[in-house]
Amino acid sequence: MKSHRWGIRRLVVAGAALTALAVLAACGGGSKTDSAGGGTTTGSADAVDAALKAGGEITYWSWTPSAQAQVTAFMKQYPNVKVNYVNAGTGNDHYTKLQNAIKAGSGAPDVAQIEYQALPQFALPGSLVDLNQYGFSQYESAYTASTWAAVHAGSGLFGLPQDSGPMALFYNKEVFDKYGITVPKTWDEYVAAAKKLHAANPKAYITNDSGDAGFTTSMIWQAGGQPFKTDGKNVTINLQDDGSKKWTGMWNQLVEGGLVSNIPGWTDEWFKALGDGTIATLPTGAWMPGVMESSVKAGAGKWAVAPMPTYDGQPATAENGGSTESVLKQSKNPALAAAFVRWLNHDEGVKPFLASGGFPATTADLKDPAFVDKTSAYFGGQKINQVLTAAAGTVVKGWSYLPYELYANSIYGDTVGKAYQSKSDLNAGLTSWQDALVKYGNEQGFQVNG
Amino acid sequence: MAESVAQQQLARAGATGKRRRRVFKDGKGWLFVGPFLAVFAVTFLAPIGYAIYLSLYRNQAFFGGTVFVGLDNYTQALQDPKFWEAFGRVAVFLVVQVPIMLVLALLAALAIDSARLHAAGFFRIVIFLPYAVPGVVAVLMWGYIYGDNFGLAANLNDLLGTTAIQPLSGTWMLPSIANIVTWEFVGYNMLIFYSALRTVPGELYEAAAIDGAGTFRTILAVKLPALRGAIVIATIFSIIGSFQLFNEPNILRTLAPNVITTYYTPNMYAYNLSFAGQQFNYSATVAIVMGIITAIIAYVVQLRGSRESL
Repeated sequence: MKSHRWGIRRLVVAGAALTALAVLAACGGGSKTDSAGGGTTTGSADAVDAALKAGGEITYWSWTPSAQAQVTAFMKQYPNVKVNYVNAGTGNDHYTKLQNAIKAGSGAPDVAQIEYQALPQFALPGSLVDLNQYGFSQYESAYTASTWAAVHAGSGLFGLPQDSGPMALFYNKEVFDKYGITVPKTWDEYVAAAKKLHAANPKAYITNDSGDAGFTTSMIWQAGGQPFKTDGKNVTINLQDDGSKKWTGMWNQLVEGGLVSNIPGWTDEWFKALGDGTIATLPTGAWMPGVMESSVKAGAGKWAVAPMPTYDGQPATAENGGSTESVLKQSKNPALAAAFVRWLNHDEGVKPFLASGGFPATTADLKDPAFVDKTSAYFGGQKINQVLTAAAGTVVKGWSYLPYELYANSIYGDTVGKAYQSKSDLNAGLTSWQDALVKYGNEQGFQVNG
Repeated sequence: MAESVAQQQLARAGATGKRRRRVFKDGKGWLFVGPFLAVFAVTFLAPIGYAIYLSLYRNQAFFGGTVFVGLDNYTQALQDPKFWEAFGRVAVFLVVQVPIMLVLALLAALAIDSARLHAAGFFRIVIFLPYAVPGVVAVLMWGYIYGDNFGLAANLNDLLGTTAIQPLSGTWMLPSIANIVTWEFVGYNMLIFYSALRTVPGELYEAAAIDGAGTFRTILAVKLPALRGAIVIATIFSIIGSFQLFNEPNILRTLAPNVITTYYTPNMYAYNLSFAGQQFNYSATVAIVMGIITAIIAYVVQLRGSRESL
């Protein structure tokens, strides 16, 4: 569901931000080219350059809207390399096919798009190539700390970050003004705003949450929770740690009080509700503007962006969504595949990505004034990237996903969903989610404590 | 008349018996049956065989290897509360929805066959039309109707000043799905019944009329007995369809993710075990257990149905 939505998000993002195209295209180079040459000469890094020179053929699976443009540009630059681009499906469809090919021992692509949350699921069983051997760790400084952490599993480096989704608070200014609500800086103020809004208009809600594993994990992340820890085969799950309880302590007030709408995300009803003021805010990832511009046309001029509310008023946020590209173990030419990944997410490939409206993970682009100070007509002329890029720097450190996060997300509705349905304590739901995850992990070869 | 048919069949069976022996010797028959057998083996027997093979092993998605576990997966499935919850749900669905659907289909078939209906052909096609709508599209459409925030349900609630109409809530979800399935398949079953009615010889109606039978008497004494075989067939199809319920709940899941679990129906359970959880072995086991239960129930219905018709 989460990843499904990601696909939609990507698609709509593609259509948006055309105005940004020209500006961004102009700024793609700059500081990145310094390291692009990869002058440092470790033996294996040379292998990447040599493979690129020798040429060959690789296959690339991705559902990002920029994939085709990137592949075309790459082959233009390196005519001796043939990249077979395949859109194997969006989100879960993609992963199912990838997993089947890995299990079958053949048929997997050389390079595949993998969301950050899904990376450990493929990295830990040894399906991906550790890019440390090609000296890719030298590119660390090019990326935000949170995305750089997200492409690691254990000590291995399994991709280069493509995009990021630091969370911010998107809010309907028109609704806020109408009911005299000020932009909440803390979650306490947010809960108060929720009560005030719903009391003033029983049809309006501060936000919607019908149970979304991706949102929940991001919110626990923001609250400083670290419910999932993995060390080799040993996994610890604690969805009742301080951070998790901090979040439920706050969010329970909204769920139990019936203050959040039950409209599921990424449905037609949802887009409609975002446009007509039924849903007044969205705490979500920085990729949201593109989605709103193309799918919530009725909201134009009404919405604005603010930093995420926090528990103590100090800036803190989490990542929500985002993908990397990884090299698969099955690849017959991993050095060439690695070269393609480097080009995609570190070198010239970033330009077509930005052109398609993506929110980058590269610090140079996040600092570029042309990107940061761009005014958004949809958001009433607000320079929204100032808020969003600032958020990228305040992501709470130390988070990791479960090594079977995709499965975990799939059973979220079965377990925590019941709490949303009956408007009852989320802690009970999180506990039953945890129990199911411990059982599954132990059955699948992990040693899980929970 | 029944006797003479049986005798003819016996005689025919004797004749083919002789012929079959000859055919076996030179193997020519295999040439004719071969193509079918090959396709049958590859597309039918092999997958079932592979599923049975899978169900005897257990594989760990991470780190682990595959181990032979005998019938362990089966004991697990038979004690799995999720499986039985799913089974219970489709069983309730079967007991309630199938009779409603078949009675509606029967009434429609009798009405169209009655020759008293104007534009019978029009009604026939209109009732059948929902079956021609792809299931996925149909469910999406019903999703709009059921939506209690902006859909038709919301409009009705506004009109009546209540919030009582919530087709996608936990209480009403199963009836809502049953409504979609009924809408989809009444026309299909009507067509089965209608075609059976068309094969009733006209002399029987004439005889009934001469005997002074009215419309309802004719229905009870002539039409319904003639329909018995068709009803048995339609019932068996519906039993299989109910146990295989998948499309409707799976699509409505995006609209009501907390109401429709990953184990809402046995088929959804098997699907999600396999594609979300990579528990292919257990998934195969669930599928086989469900297949066996379906086969047993369908067989019992068939036995009962044919006994009555004798």
